[in-house]
Amino acid sequence: MIELIIIMALLLIGYVVGTHLEKSHYHSIKERETELNNIPAIASKVLPAEFDTCETTLVAGNVVISVDYFKKFVAGLRIIVGGRVSTFETLIDRARREAILRMKEEARQLGADYVFNIKMETSSISKGQKNAIGSVEVLAYGTAIIRK
Amino acid sequence: MLLTNLENVPGKNITKHLGLVQGSTVRSKHVGRDIMAGFKNIFGGELEGYTELLHESREEAINRMVEQATSIGANAVLNIRFSTSSITQGASELFTYGTAVVLE
Repeated sequence: MIELIIIMALLLIGYVVGTHLEKSHYHSIKERETELNNIPAIASKVLPAEFDTCETTLVAGNVVISVDYFKKFVAGLRIIVGGRVSTFETLIDRARREAILRMKEEARQLGADYVFNIKMETSSISKGQKNAIGSVEVLAYGTAIIRK
Repeated sequence: MLLTNLENVPGKNITKHLGLVQGSTVRSKHVGRDIMAGFKNIFGGELEGYTELLHESREEAINRMVEQATSIGANAVLNIRFSTSSITQGASELFTYGTAVVLE
């Protein structure tokens, strides 16, 4: 009985705090995305000829985001019936966008105009372990083009 | 040392290819960080400790790659790729590699 109460309490805390954190994170992501819109991130590795006199340098951004208890629980239920695990979709979406924003932020500090050849690396810090810390780490990197 | 993940550098010609250079590192945080991360698993949100861990590992891996490139006389590393993997709980490996070249 006590165990059930603890689980319910954790679910409630996870839901309330997790939802709040996710909302404020999305808010800050959207704000910074409009702010950094003037530095386009391009997935092409071919530079147009007009950039022949530009300087280039490597920029990268990374983030580790943790799941909350509620997300983990819902995903656990979802695995039984299959289908979209939407609680994890938003988690990974946040991590990817945050990593790209940090990369762009580094590019902006260097005075870059574009970031070319964006690559992403996703992994989890502890995969497949019992009582593992459920988190996703994303590394985004690319080449910043600085007009002289 | 010029680092880029493009296959060439705009406006510069490659005079010599020196082959693959690489750098890797495995890092972990102390137990305190892991315990804090355990708490964060209930609430969700960013794990700053691990973000920092990954950032440090990346710098270290790049440094090792640059060291290797310098020792064979390169002045640029092209087509850089990163690769991450987890070895055990709280430890992560970061591997980076690229092509060392001499630019004119």
